[in-house]
Amino acid sequence: MNPHAPIEVPPETASPSRLRSRHLLGIADLDPAEIRLILDTAEAMKEIAARPIKKVPTLRGRTVVNLFFEPSTRTRTSFEVAEKRLSADTLSIAIATSSVTKGETLIDTVRNLEAMSPDMIVLRHASSGAPHLLARLCRSVIINAGDGTHEHPTQALLDAFTIRERKKRIEGLKVAIVGDLVHSRVLRSNVHLLNKMGATVWACAPPTLMPADLARFGVRPTTSIDEAVDAADVVMMLRIQHERMYGHFIPSTREYFTLFGLTPERLKRAAHDVIILHPGPMNRGVEIDSDVADGPYSVILEQVANGVAVRMAVLYLLAGQDEELR
Amino acid sequence: MKLLLKGGRIVDPANGVDGDFDLLIEDGRVSRVGRSLPVNGADVLNVRTGWIVAPGLIDIHVHLREPGQEHKETIATGTASAVAGGFTSVACMPNTDPVNDHPGISELIQRKAVEAGLARVYPIGAVSLGSRGEQLAELAAQKAAGCVAFSDDGKPVASALLMRRALEYAGMLGVPIIDHCEDPSLKGEGVAHEGFRAASLGLRGIPGIAESIMVERDIALSELTGGAFHVAHMSARQSLRAVRDAKMRGARVTSEVTPHHFVLTDDALEEPVRYDTNVKMNPPLREAKDRDAMLDGLADGTIDVIATDHAPHHADEKLVEFDHAPFGIVGLETAVPLVFDRLVHTGRIGIKRMIELLSVNPARVLNLPGGSLAEGQPADITILAPDARTDIDAARLRSKSKNTPFDGWSLRGGVAATLVAGRIVYSNE
Repeated sequence: MNPHAPIEVPPETASPSRLRSRHLLGIADLDPAEIRLILDTAEAMKEIAARPIKKVPTLRGRTVVNLFFEPSTRTRTSFEVAEKRLSADTLSIAIATSSVTKGETLIDTVRNLEAMSPDMIVLRHASSGAPHLLARLCRSVIINAGDGTHEHPTQALLDAFTIRERKKRIEGLKVAIVGDLVHSRVLRSNVHLLNKMGATVWACAPPTLMPADLARFGVRPTTSIDEAVDAADVVMMLRIQHERMYGHFIPSTREYFTLFGLTPERLKRAAHDVIILHPGPMNRGVEIDSDVADGPYSVILEQVANGVAVRMAVLYLLAGQDEELR
Repeated sequence: MKLLLKGGRIVDPANGVDGDFDLLIEDGRVSRVGRSLPVNGADVLNVRTGWIVAPGLIDIHVHLREPGQEHKETIATGTASAVAGGFTSVACMPNTDPVNDHPGISELIQRKAVEAGLARVYPIGAVSLGSRGEQLAELAAQKAAGCVAFSDDGKPVASALLMRRALEYAGMLGVPIIDHCEDPSLKGEGVAHEGFRAASLGLRGIPGIAESIMVERDIALSELTGGAFHVAHMSARQSLRAVRDAKMRGARVTSEVTPHHFVLTDDALEEPVRYDTNVKMNPPLREAKDRDAMLDGLADGTIDVIATDHAPHHADEKLVEFDHAPFGIVGLETAVPLVFDRLVHTGRIGIKRMIELLSVNPARVLNLPGGSLAEGQPADITILAPDARTDIDAARLRSKSKNTPFDGWSLRGGVAATLVAGRIVYSNE
């Protein structure tokens, strides 16, 4: 590569109280100590949700803009609740992608918003790398709430939080991730995180829904859900995204369910205390049987609850060090 | 009007010349090449020791954007960029607005080039009307208007039948077809090379075989029809293998590669700047195996030509999400330093081969004048400085656009001066 790029200084070992970057763009940029810091902070934040008055003044006077270029209920609501519990002033903007392509550029949109002096921007965007573009060119702290098929870091963090809460560890667990891998930002963020934390990850999908060179992600690829689920401690089901099935990926959702759907029978191969995760929204009867989704091993609603705590932790940590930098 | 190039080493592979000679230019043509030529009232250009006097470099794949996209480049700025990069002639692709599928547009381009008075410009006409891939353009009329090749570049000739007809018809005219080989269905909505980098960054991939499948198809059609086929901007190792095999059989196929495809790989998607839209081009930067295959092909003769695919885009157009950015980078002013630094100084090719790839062969492939310093030839000459240090500064490029991934690079080798018809049109002093 460029022989004249500045020599990379090895990152300092993160001190236990802060993150190295002022943005959260992806799990790829975090080290294990930073991940632990976020998860530990989230534990403290979770306690706030149990109080009668679920609000602390931590981000009072801070403005957070939730800028969503893709439809999202769960993630946007979760960020909003997290921001409000920290007393931030929040503003949620949903922009239909179609009107943007006709009108102003992403950069212009954000520069206009920045003229109103927000502190943080939570961005959801259909294009991979969109938050990286903003982080390079804008002033605000950028939190990636899902970029294209690249990363969805707060989802992976809340998944890790849920796993750690249930299993008391992440290291050494067998985690099976099953579903539309190629289009999944949840997959990519989770693989980074689980690898950094020492889990063994199996990734299962038909070959049409596997990313190129999947083995280099540090996972064990398989087209057999039985093999993936066998003795698994955690099974993470990914949504089959109808809106992304414009190609020739699967013949039908029925055939997909026959080969890859998570059923009570298939689950019998898993560890006796397996937990089932799903980032939502679920397609019942496509990737997951309702009996599994609503069954005793499912922690899907816990994930949603933990999402708020994890996002509070991220907002708190990034706001805190932004303060220091000023 | 006489100009004497005194000193320096003349490398003129077309005439088997490589040695320390002077070169006398009279009335825009090479009049004598010899040792210690007398001045006899000529102006003298002292060529420094170590510099190389070569036949003018020819880039057979550039986008000058005029008419229609003058915010990206004009023929005046594009040819200024060309001569600053050592190119005395360029052949410009027809994907202007409107598409160059008509003699009126070819004439306009050539008139603007004459007005600019820098590099020679040869238009490449569209294969099909509007490059829509449906109906053949009037190829004979376009040849008469100055077109030196036909291509729907930017798009492949998707229909095998149309490609067959084009090769047959252009074959009659003795003009090659240049195809941007890429199977549209395999490309899909791809924006980067299909491989680990794109997969991990969540970018839709374009596999190498999207290119090679069409290269193989076009070779078969060329062998069927006898028409000459030139592979534009080859990037995939599978394509190289197909071209090598075809050449062994004696097929009328030639190929070109761009500097970025023999210098960079898809690692550039990750660093130094993640999602840098200045590494988005089509064909995409491929993986190390492909890059290495291109290096082998350049050295072993499978690849005939180095062409830049100079594709200027306005900064605003590149300052968007990776998915939405247009494909392409500027290349005219970075080609020679990259060739020296990455091919010559690494020992992969010698100076003679460099001149073949950048001058002799481009002239041969498109049947252009040039590529030779024989007495009587137009004095299109590039003076190369193999050991000069070139610091690439995007802001200082002559091109109207600055979209290069090589900004800030420091390379060994550069251009000292460029002469077109005996006139110094660029000097790096």
